[in-house]
Amino acid sequence: MSLTYNREMLEEAREAYDRWNREVEETFEKHPERLKRFSTVSDMEIQRIYTPADVQDQDFNRDIGAPGQYPFTRGVQPTMYRGRLWTMRMFAGLGSAGDTNTRFHHLVKAGQTGLSTAFDMPTLMGYDTDSPRARGECGKCGVAIDTVRDMEDLFEGLPINRITTSMTINPPAPVIWGMYIAMAELRGIDRRKLGGTIQNDMLKEFIAQKTFMCPPKPSLRLITDTVEFGTKEVPRWNTISISGYHIREAGSTAVQELAFTLGDGIAYVEAALNRGLDVDDFAPRLSFFFNSHLDFFEETAKFRAARRMWARIMEERFHAKNQRSLWLRFHTQTAGCSLTAQQPYNNIVRTALQALAAVMGGTQSLHTNSLDEVLAIPTEEAATIALRTQQIIAEECGAANSIDPLGGSYMVEALTDRLEDEAFEIINKIDDMGGMLSAIEKNFPQQEIADAAYRYQQQIDRKEKTVVGVNKYANDEESLPVEILQIDEELERLQIERTVRIRNDRDNQKTRECLEKLEEACVEGHNVMPPIIEAAKAYATLQEMCDVFRKVFGEYRDPGIY
Amino acid sequence: MERNRRIRVMVAKPGLDGHDRGARIIARAFRDAGFEVVYSGLHQTPEEIVHAAIQEDVDMIGLSSLAGAHLYLFPAVVDSLKENDAGDIQVIGGGIIPEEDIPKLKAAGIREIFTPGSTLEDIVEWVRGNVNPKTS
Repeated sequence: MSLTYNREMLEEAREAYDRWNREVEETFEKHPERLKRFSTVSDMEIQRIYTPADVQDQDFNRDIGAPGQYPFTRGVQPTMYRGRLWTMRMFAGLGSAGDTNTRFHHLVKAGQTGLSTAFDMPTLMGYDTDSPRARGECGKCGVAIDTVRDMEDLFEGLPINRITTSMTINPPAPVIWGMYIAMAELRGIDRRKLGGTIQNDMLKEFIAQKTFMCPPKPSLRLITDTVEFGTKEVPRWNTISISGYHIREAGSTAVQELAFTLGDGIAYVEAALNRGLDVDDFAPRLSFFFNSHLDFFEETAKFRAARRMWARIMEERFHAKNQRSLWLRFHTQTAGCSLTAQQPYNNIVRTALQALAAVMGGTQSLHTNSLDEVLAIPTEEAATIALRTQQIIAEECGAANSIDPLGGSYMVEALTDRLEDEAFEIINKIDDMGGMLSAIEKNFPQQEIADAAYRYQQQIDRKEKTVVGVNKYANDEESLPVEILQIDEELERLQIERTVRIRNDRDNQKTRECLEKLEEACVEGHNVMPPIIEAAKAYATLQEMCDVFRKVFGEYRDPGIY
Repeated sequence: MERNRRIRVMVAKPGLDGHDRGARIIARAFRDAGFEVVYSGLHQTPEEIVHAAIQEDVDMIGLSSLAGAHLYLFPAVVDSLKENDAGDIQVIGGGIIPEEDIPKLKAAGIREIFTPGSTLEDIVEWVRGNVNPKTS
């Protein structure tokens, strides 16, 4: 044990700051501080100043270390952005597969280095476009995928053997991933060469994002199937992106985002271990996804704390040996919920600051929201400004010159420690409840987040928290108009026609047999991925495959608590 | 004897959109304002919402949508209410709704639209001023 600051130095610092504190107290007695209480966006109280005394228990080697060294507080790779910048990965999906393909080509041409797909609501929920539940929703907030034919159009002409693809898909993740693998194989690309990510994180769906299909237990089983299949057959694929993003968007605090996300991660690791997998075979392919919210220092500290916590969890709790199993690699998206419809050009600035916090925190990839994302799917121009924001951070402002540049800041280190301590307290509580699955069944995370969200809204209404352009500095005259992307109402009809045609033209006998094999795998407990890939190649639709899951495993209904 | 009861409202999420942060906050604000609140939960069809609203005998339905399908889903709720002789139940909406869609929704019978930036107090006051509880 060797503390970062020696006792003598701490004593001197304490004396100096005591003197300083007495002086400012006198001043503040005459002219009070600007606020009664200074706090982060998560309502964590912030001190007047941070000093070595706030990190006096810090042991440099145990708690900080060097980039690429345990506990990875300063970054997972030794070289970080000095070697290679983060992947600039803009989330895109709109209208038809062809429309989205055009957007992908535009983004790649503009210098984007990875693809990221947004699906429409019916696809996210496992319904075909012609389902009665899908009326009015086709292509509205992403791209519609009904069959492997749509998947082929979506990636037409894109080098998927070289560029990685992220797909934000949850309940139907095994099916969408199976269609992607089928599409690649139809193009003659070996599945072992495919790199990318499926979100495939159902626990946070029950907690926050709320797209669900089957109940929690069978959902976890399907996820474990994909982990097992990926480990053996698609070794470059990240089979789960354990996500805090949606937890935060649902209104959680930064501490809750950390605790519930890593708590979900623990549940996935336990499920894979119960399947008989070796921790070091699958853990290196687990990836994470966080939000970068408004409070710059809290967010930077959160990313650093997350890395250190996961390394400790993987080593101390799961005894992983492979260094890569200890790495918390993560994607970041700036906070959609922080954007305002009022004075929308201010959103460019908010996003830039949030993106900078993600870079200070050492993110592996980043999506920056577009200024108009609060109103509709971004226009091409708005998405380009958001991408340029990343490029300015990366190549103009010097933020990527040195690794973990805020490491050693008394404030950032103290916040990192505090976020870790408070998040571990919640994780212990979840353990006491019997793990994340049973915590979710008791609505524990859902209720905690709803409480935090309500508190925050009340603080905004009472003007205790400022939202520029909304509860302060509001403009009564309408500000600059923003062009809004409209989705053609014709799209739904065309997509339905196309899917119906595919159902009529395919070899229906063969499709039926494939679906029966999928059902058998579900019932018998065999891995569902091989029969899904075969069914996709036989043009089974998304919903036909998901209906098999619904039939065998049942459907989950929202408990509707508030 | 006729006696005014409390305002009874249903907060509902039509369609497949899962964004329920706003809807649940509004439900709590209505409850704290002294209204009786029914929350539909997620993933309801317009018909399911109308059926539940009639069953629960509410005075108003507040719809929330953040996934772009409001131009289809909100009017579908109003139409279904009329078809079921429940046109006296008022409908308001909120969520990510572009300015230019608001006149279309009002023309379709949605009484008011609250977009981001509306305070809880604004919404509660509107309901107090515009929704009369049925007498019982």
